[in-house]
Amino acid sequence: MRALPVGDDALLVEVSSGQEAQALHAELLRRRAEGTLTVREIVPAARTVLLDGLDDPVRRAAELTAARLPKVSARARELIELPVRYDGPDLAAVAGHWGVTEREAARVHAGTEFTVAFCGFAPGFGYLTGLPDHYDVPRRATPRTAVPAGAVALAGPYTGVYPRPSPGGWQLIGTTDAVLWDHARVPAALLAPGTRVRFVPVEDA
Amino acid sequence: MSDRALVVVRAGALTTVQDRGRPGYAHLGVPRSGALDPPAAALVNRLVGNPPDAAVLETTLVGCALRPRSAVTVAVGGAPCPVAVGGRPAAWGAPVEVPAGALLEVGAATAGVRSYVAVSGGVATEPVLGSRATDLLSGLGPAPLAAGTVLPLGAPAGPPARVDGAPQPRPPAELVLRVTPGPRADWFTARAVRDLTTCAYRVSAASNRIGLRTEGPALERARPGELPSEGMVLGAVQVPPDGRPVVFLADHPTTGGYPVIAVVRSADLPAAAQAPPGTPVRFVAVRRR
Repeated sequence: MRALPVGDDALLVEVSSGQEAQALHAELLRRRAEGTLTVREIVPAARTVLLDGLDDPVRRAAELTAARLPKVSARARELIELPVRYDGPDLAAVAGHWGVTEREAARVHAGTEFTVAFCGFAPGFGYLTGLPDHYDVPRRATPRTAVPAGAVALAGPYTGVYPRPSPGGWQLIGTTDAVLWDHARVPAALLAPGTRVRFVPVEDA
Repeated sequence: MSDRALVVVRAGALTTVQDRGRPGYAHLGVPRSGALDPPAAALVNRLVGNPPDAAVLETTLVGCALRPRSAVTVAVGGAPCPVAVGGRPAAWGAPVEVPAGALLEVGAATAGVRSYVAVSGGVATEPVLGSRATDLLSGLGPAPLAAGTVLPLGAPAGPPARVDGAPQPRPPAELVLRVTPGPRADWFTARAVRDLTTCAYRVSAASNRIGLRTEGPALERARPGELPSEGMVLGAVQVPPDGRPVVFLADHPTTGGYPVIAVVRSADLPAAAQAPPGTPVRFVAVRRR
């Protein structure tokens, strides 16, 4: 673990794996909740956690890199089930990358428990991890100019669900009716870093 | 419809509702947003008797025109510009009384980019995650103003400030941005790190509320490729594949994969928001506090 200073009041803490980043994020949230860490933003990402708006980054850097990270307890975290139809236009391409049938690709995806590693790209867009490494898929060579809200998509090691219509280069494997982002709802984001997620297949209406 | 409302007669190039933004939600992918020149927004609020977090209007280069349905006190600050009420010249940078139904014209900036218009009671659109700010990256908050938009106003909080004018910094002829190195300076050649603080850059016309884009020498990378996505801060100097540094402003994405070579001191960002395209930019290395 190393802590890189970012400007005058932020630290980027870099770790060696996504799992370690999730464990660090959980530990930092715990410290903030117990009052031993005062910070404006805690932003987990692929291999880092950003601490923005810190009172004393230099002292924190020493403290953090000396920290031992407790294992994250899966049961402590919320599990969200997302109904999904595996009807995406790129399902065949993804199945091809995996060397399985479309039906089997859907079975693998629905049989995986995911964790929201981090959010970004758009409010409520989570980068979900959980598929084994050999299921990584490339982005589409040509991004789509319009991906509908609720599209369930894969890129690299991640699964994501588009919270609203937008351009996008991920491989679309399915559709959910779940509302990922509603700013009038509390909480606005259905998925937050650390949330566990399962995709539950539903029949076409 | 309440009488306490403002009708947009001329929206200008880009006029948005802004306040102090919505910090604290970056982990959900929500940019902080908010006024690009916070001291100017706070000053015009003070001039009309509003609390500092009241929502104001932020114009871009060419101003806007507004018609209040009831008598209001307004103040225009930030980028200097002509102000008129009912066709008669009025003060910039000072409280101005606008009668019900009179036209308030906020003219084109004579220097700088963004003028701020505070109205007594503040713009009272529905807050989203605690803020009324328009976030152009993620589409949160009210849409940019259009002719005919009606903006509700809040109840005036206090009397206008008893000042005829208040000192405001002039938009700079040269934009000097103090930077601390890192966190990813090691992704660049030693020469690129030196180039950033010794070469001449200019503000690009492609700049917006997301970032101040620059034109100048491309910064050479020591490592190819992209980083795994990581959290981004306000003022981050991100270097996309074309090598021209981009300074992240209020609507910046919360995570990104292009390396950040340095970070601009937050105290220098209001001036960055007021630097029109073509303004010379000088990055100056400073020690971390």
